[in-house]
Amino acid sequence: MAMTSAVQFEQARVDFGSFTAVHETNLDIRSGEFFSFLGPSGCGKTTLLRAISGFIEPSAGKIRIDGADMAGVGPNKRPTALIFQNLALFPVMSVAENVGYGLRVRGVARGVRDEKVKRLLDQVALSQHADKKVSELSGGQRQRVAIARALAVEPKVLLLDEPLSALDLKLRQHMRRELREIQQRVGITFIYITHDQGEALTMSDRVAVMNAGRIEQVGDGRTIYGHPETPFVASFVGESNATSGRVVSVADGLATIDTPLGALSGRNARGLEPGDTATLFIRPELVRLTASDGDCSVATTLVEAAFEGSMTHLTLRTPTGTRIVAMLVAADLDQLPADGDPLTASFAPANAVVLPDTARSS
Amino acid sequence: MTNLSMTFAATALILVVFLLIVRFDRRPGEKRVKFFTRNGVIVGLYLILCVGFWCILTIIMPMVFMVDLSFHPKLPPSMAGGPEDVFTLVNYRMFLFGSATSTDQLNWLHLRSFFSTIGISIGLTFLNFAVCYPIAYYMAQSASIPRLRLLVLLLIIPYWVNDILRAFAFRILLSYNGFMNNVLTWLGITDTPVDFIGANVALYLALVYSNLLIMIFPLYNAIEAQDHNQIEAARDLGAPWWHIHLFVVMPQAKPGIASGMTLSFMLMAGAIATPLVLAGPRSLWFTPIIYDRFYQLFDWPQGAAYAMALLVACIVFVLGVLKITGLKLGEITK
Repeated sequence: MAMTSAVQFEQARVDFGSFTAVHETNLDIRSGEFFSFLGPSGCGKTTLLRAISGFIEPSAGKIRIDGADMAGVGPNKRPTALIFQNLALFPVMSVAENVGYGLRVRGVARGVRDEKVKRLLDQVALSQHADKKVSELSGGQRQRVAIARALAVEPKVLLLDEPLSALDLKLRQHMRRELREIQQRVGITFIYITHDQGEALTMSDRVAVMNAGRIEQVGDGRTIYGHPETPFVASFVGESNATSGRVVSVADGLATIDTPLGALSGRNARGLEPGDTATLFIRPELVRLTASDGDCSVATTLVEAAFEGSMTHLTLRTPTGTRIVAMLVAADLDQLPADGDPLTASFAPANAVVLPDTARSS
Repeated sequence: MTNLSMTFAATALILVVFLLIVRFDRRPGEKRVKFFTRNGVIVGLYLILCVGFWCILTIIMPMVFMVDLSFHPKLPPSMAGGPEDVFTLVNYRMFLFGSATSTDQLNWLHLRSFFSTIGISIGLTFLNFAVCYPIAYYMAQSASIPRLRLLVLLLIIPYWVNDILRAFAFRILLSYNGFMNNVLTWLGITDTPVDFIGANVALYLALVYSNLLIMIFPLYNAIEAQDHNQIEAARDLGAPWWHIHLFVVMPQAKPGIASGMTLSFMLMAGAIATPLVLAGPRSLWFTPIIYDRFYQLFDWPQGAAYAMALLVACIVFVLGVLKITGLKLGEITK
């Protein structure tokens, strides 16, 4: 697949009155990509989505879709289709009429329309329900009607605004796979909005993590999880133990900071200099209970061990009161000490990362 | 059977029919909570007594008296209940064929007035809808809260002015030498004044004006309940604005539209003060004719018969609207 751009942001900014919902953003979403915006509510991700679909015009900068500047182009004229959080299906229409609505307003002849609606309903396994009212369908079925309705107009970009958030866990996991399959099959660009990192990481080719109107990091799931570039990304995506201090030395790609838990080292991903304030992050599953050579170690006591099937969640506390979380796989359970016992938590510096406390200025 | 016992019997019959309609007029599979289970015995009894009193004593029974009256001849009080007080269709005959001395085949004067009142009221109802729909839509989907409050206030305040005063105000505004004609002449749009009253423009304007709220509020209620995302979804799928209104918003607002239309129609067809003040010399609104039966001819039975004709027309209109929109009676009260 050619690496052309489906959606480009060029210094795009969105203001609501005096409030800037999205700061100057530069981003290239590739054609045929499953791209997610991940962030807490109010971070501006829905605003970005609405700006792509045309319901909001950027206050500054440009948005291009398929190379064309979208300034002044209304939502009904853009090659995008939006799937709403509550799906927004038309309750007065049947399933088939819902799916065919976009074709109807385009003046597609009835015969061609019926043919296409039938094919789309086949694809989402809803052929038997074509004449039902939307209210007679289950949550998952409605979801698929919304997808078929959006795909019917053959958009170049499909925009999805947390469409799975109303479903129960099991259905949600099933729909994740299904969405991904549909995207692979139709081959168009999907832009997905979510606050659920599981959704973002499992489905997406690339994820943009957003916070307070800014994109903090863009990358594939592994990079985002394994190599966070900002403290926000490190703490928002997955769980992390964090401790702050001042950088005392840098060497061999590692930075050592002076923390209340002692001097700890981690990867110096952002080129910190001695004297900078920084925070060290370490994932719970990378915390070990048996130290190897070169590990950073912290003396703790075990507060609680929560058994969760395949994993066991340990809560540890240092003498100074800092909480540390560790995850053990089931195989290590035999060596588990009792609550209140002393334990040495340790980690390899290469598994931890030290990030500057100041907000990223890119 | 005396008149009184017949009135009671008719009232009871109406109640039974009504309860039967309520019993069977529901969507299949619809579950309803038992009245007393939902309201409790005390509140339930209170509701039944009060609503019952209101419905039976102040609505059904006077109406039944009226129906009864319309089938009797006009007699001096001393002869009421006497041997000449028989059931007769003479009053309805009068409405349809005119008096016994008339040489016409039909009572065209009254029939024309009747049908033109119905026809014009239907037309004005659609005009009223056309005026109110954009306002109601704006209020329900676009307006900010302060704007909405201001708008509601602006809509309500004119209703503090009473009906007759308002009609006379329209008369002053639109009369031959009135304000509007002065403005038009001054602007040079017309050389000679326009006869707004004679052309019934004033009457139609006033009727629409005084029924704006009656139309706006049911529409507002229905459109306000609509999910704004659906409107955006339609737009996102490429629909032009008129298509969204016609095929997405209006079908869902159907109960509100039906309820606004029926109310507006009945109030227009039954308006009395406005046509008395504003109707042109060539027009005969039907309600003043009814009024004249009572207070000019002192022929109450005939007036009752004429009023019945109008009532039946209104009921037919409501049933027609329900039939066309495919709604149940209960749904337009939502």
